[in-house]
Amino acid sequence: MERPRRTCAETCLELLSLQIVHYYAGQNQAPLAASTEAIGFRVGRQLAERCTWDRPRLVDQLDVMKFICKEFWIELFQKQVDNLRTNHRGTFVLKDANFRWLSKLSSDLPAPEKADATEQNAGPVANDSMPSRPAANEAAQDYLHLPCAIIRGALTHLGLPCTVSADASALPACDFTINIRAG
Amino acid sequence: METINSEIFTLMYGSIVRQLITDLEDITEVNKQLDTMGYNIGVRLIDEFLAKSRTAACTDFRDSTEKVAKVGFRMFLNTTANVTNWNPEGTECSLVLEDNPLTDFVELPEGCSKLKYCNVLCGVIRGALEMVNVQVECDFAKDTLRGDELNEIRLKLISEGTEAYPFKDDD
Repeated sequence: MERPRRTCAETCLELLSLQIVHYYAGQNQAPLAASTEAIGFRVGRQLAERCTWDRPRLVDQLDVMKFICKEFWIELFQKQVDNLRTNHRGTFVLKDANFRWLSKLSSDLPAPEKADATEQNAGPVANDSMPSRPAANEAAQDYLHLPCAIIRGALTHLGLPCTVSADASALPACDFTINIRAG
Repeated sequence: METINSEIFTLMYGSIVRQLITDLEDITEVNKQLDTMGYNIGVRLIDEFLAKSRTAACTDFRDSTEKVAKVGFRMFLNTTANVTNWNPEGTECSLVLEDNPLTDFVELPEGCSKLKYCNVLCGVIRGALEMVNVQVECDFAKDTLRGDELNEIRLKLISEGTEAYPFKDDD
């Protein structure tokens, strides 16, 4: 059964997420990571609930993962995950070759705040001729708390408490590493 | 125009408001912050509006508000507003939103009676209009979440500049 779909412009969500990152990056009261994580975690849980209410329970770990890579990813990022790998011991790597939420992030411009620190720390990296790449990954991290937390929220809601981290050193591609907590 | 399921936007906005309340612990500050965020969004949103709406230049304030209500809200939130309650001078009016996607699934708990939940919209309108030389004050006057029968945003024109070119004719 199709849920009635109400739409709005993607720009709205884009600019809103951008604003929230800039707001928390520019003030000291609450840390950026913790606050944006809390925001994303709630969104992930609620969204997972709304995406799954009319379907049978996802029992298997792999079923949940497939759901995240397909339906959930399409709902959020308008495309599927391109590649899913696992070590069969609770670690999954989701590769999105063109991650939507970072597609407008320039890889030349470091993000505000951490700009100076990253430039200095960005040492030479093997197989990486472009010095801006580690810097780009650092810059992208501020914007990745939100999607990571959304995914973590969704997985937690579907019965898989986990940690999620992201690597965006090869923009516009982005890898999400998920570690399911054994339990 | 790329569109998404508006539930995602609505949930995200709700989660942000909730986080701001937790972090700022002061509803007045939250209202202010939502307005500022809206302003920052508005000054960028206007670019997309001008690029994609294909509307002619606004002739006066009346025309501008109609564009905001009928074209802007339709484009970005997929809803429309009605412009009513003009003052005799034609400098103040109300945008009445019958259907507000931001408030889907929302109920205000006790203790949040002063929260202007949708204040971000005021900031967006103010920021966007400022970029086309129309300075307005914007306030959420009536809010269904706080028990009013409709959502009303009150707009007050401060000044309306004609296009001023920063260069002189050097003959």
